[in-house]
Amino acid sequence: MTNWDRFLETFFNAKMMARYLPDILQGALVTIQIAGLVIVCGLLLGLALALLRSIGLRPLNLLIVFVVDLFRALPPLVIIVFIYFGLPASGVKNWGFIATWLSLTFVLMAFSEEIFWAGITSIPKGQWEAARSTGLSFGQTLINVVLPQALRLTIPPLTNRTIAITKGTALASVVAVGEILGMASSAVSNSYNPSPLTMAAIGYLILFLPLVVFGRWLETRMAWKR
Amino acid sequence: MLDTFANAEIARQAWPILLAGLGNTLLLSVVVVPLGLLGGLILSVTATSFHHPLVRYPLMAWVDFFRAFPPLVLLILLFAGLPFAGIQITGFACVCIAFFLNTGAYYGEILRAGIESVPSGQTEAARSTGLGRLQTMLFVVLPQAVRNVLPDLLSNTLEVVKLTSLGSVVAMPELLFQARQAQSLTYNPTPIVLAAAVYFVLLWPLVRLLSRLENRALAARK
Amino acid sequence: MAARPVVEARGIHKHFGAHHVLKGVDLVLAERELAFVIGPSGSGKSTLLRCLNRLEEPSSGSVMVDGVDMLDARTDLNHARQRVGMVFQSFNLYPHMTALGNVTLALRKVAGKSSAEADALGQSALARVGLADRAGHTPGQLSGGQQQRVAIARAIALEPRVMLFDEPTSALDPELVGSVLAVMRDLRQSGMAMVVVSHEMGFARNAADRVLFMDQGLIVEEGTPAQIFESPAQERTRAFIGQIQKH
Repeated sequence: MTNWDRFLETFFNAKMMARYLPDILQGALVTIQIAGLVIVCGLLLGLALALLRSIGLRPLNLLIVFVVDLFRALPPLVIIVFIYFGLPASGVKNWGFIATWLSLTFVLMAFSEEIFWAGITSIPKGQWEAARSTGLSFGQTLINVVLPQALRLTIPPLTNRTIAITKGTALASVVAVGEILGMASSAVSNSYNPSPLTMAAIGYLILFLPLVVFGRWLETRMAWKR
Repeated sequence: MLDTFANAEIARQAWPILLAGLGNTLLLSVVVVPLGLLGGLILSVTATSFHHPLVRYPLMAWVDFFRAFPPLVLLILLFAGLPFAGIQITGFACVCIAFFLNTGAYYGEILRAGIESVPSGQTEAARSTGLGRLQTMLFVVLPQAVRNVLPDLLSNTLEVVKLTSLGSVVAMPELLFQARQAQSLTYNPTPIVLAAAVYFVLLWPLVRLLSRLENRALAARK
Repeated sequence: MAARPVVEARGIHKHFGAHHVLKGVDLVLAERELAFVIGPSGSGKSTLLRCLNRLEEPSSGSVMVDGVDMLDARTDLNHARQRVGMVFQSFNLYPHMTALGNVTLALRKVAGKSSAEADALGQSALARVGLADRAGHTPGQLSGGQQQRVAIARAIALEPRVMLFDEPTSALDPELVGSVLAVMRDLRQSGMAMVVVSHEMGFARNAADRVLFMDQGLIVEEGTPAQIFESPAQERTRAFIGQIQKH
């Protein structure tokens, strides 16, 4: 047996892969669930905070900035571990899943708020003045004039940041969630063969590589428009 | 409530353990940030120096590959996989390799954008005065490139320092790992609260600075 | 009894921090009247205009437009602002909308028109500024002069009682100024009351009823174009006019 054969036998073992494929697929489903929930909740909360901030109440804005800073400064894994081990929720079903979902949602909320806010403030004052001079209210101006322009600017950075944070779903394996990496890790220790891990790696590439390529495409497209 | 989450007695016991962890986190950062930057420099300078598709597309694929790969998966793959190939490797070495690959890809993308933002007239002017390609890159292009993308570089560095917490998964005794050790010894979450506080105190100034830089970049664009 | 003035601003003061930008300005504008405001930069002309529709909050004074107290907290400001059209130096068109979309937004959202009504009104406003065939273009596809005319259409579509022009031609290339002034002249002939802040002295001479010279936050002198341009009474006015005519 050549070295190459041994390598294939170890890392791409067909028998092992076949045996653990259902587990990995099940894990992929969990990964997709967490990722979907995080993206929807995180972006909505981030947008909501940015809109609240645009009202311009000083105490509220200081609070928003603090919360955003907090979740930008803390490592996601620290937040997950804190919620999972720290909060008194022993016995709650799927607590690891919930802890990961909440943690990554807060992180995406913080980063997306910054990006949404940057987009809103980059719209020239004249746009506000023109709209207000025709009688549009603050809210109408924000929704009809400012946000449509701001969102266009924010899409490329937002896409890249969302992908980077969503990749953090792998961290759920640390708090005993059976997503791809968690499933693969336990499969490796059960089978004493790393092939499940190889499958996990391929699984992540299938999930995230299209997103990364899409993000790059968006970036160049928007760059031309400018 | 306070007794559980901010127990003073436990905090006092855990403090030396955490302090050792903080030291290792800082040490780890000092190693992996330059490693990532080095990886990024290699990628970006190569990508911008050779415009041949045979160079550009593989590099782009490399960068996208590691941007799509969750760093924890990369780390576990190295840590749990390599021994099967007969390669004995420490957690520290795994972290170094994983960061070189992962953060190198991110730094590379940022630096490439920076280098491309420097007008080609700069290169032409430098070459016309007799500077070589490497000299032009080092003394003329890179300094401007770095200045142009400084907020992005700092922002990525913040992410890298945060990412060192992954070391805990491969038993590196950094801040999070130590906090979890202390927690399992005391059956109390106070050490984790304390570790979070340490991370925040350590990184908040950087977050503030970034926020200011981003706002300034925005104001300049108007 | 004289007819009620369209605009009646009395004793307007405006402070920006320590800066006292308006120091008690009165401006009364009759039906169909065109008041032309001149003065050196920083004299408070633009601030005065922006106080009339409360884009700037006057520090004190009163502003009545068509009998509505603009500074009263009980006034529905957004509703009242429909009566005061404003045209900006930098056009401020919405870049993500077509010309027609720019004109109809407030018709739909503030005046409560249906889409069909708003489109019809918008089309006729665009026709009035000579851009009926550009309704589907976005601002980026229009020249500066065309953009400013769309901005005028956006304001007149709401059928305001008075139009405020804040240096409407200052950002335009010289060859495009004429088209905008022509639209303003048409508007004037249709009887629209207007306050114009501008450096277009030729337009002031043959279209204005009254010229006001502002300096350092005060109206120094006002009168017919002939009085102000040919025989100003004040030394400061004379100096300013002299300086302009040198160019």
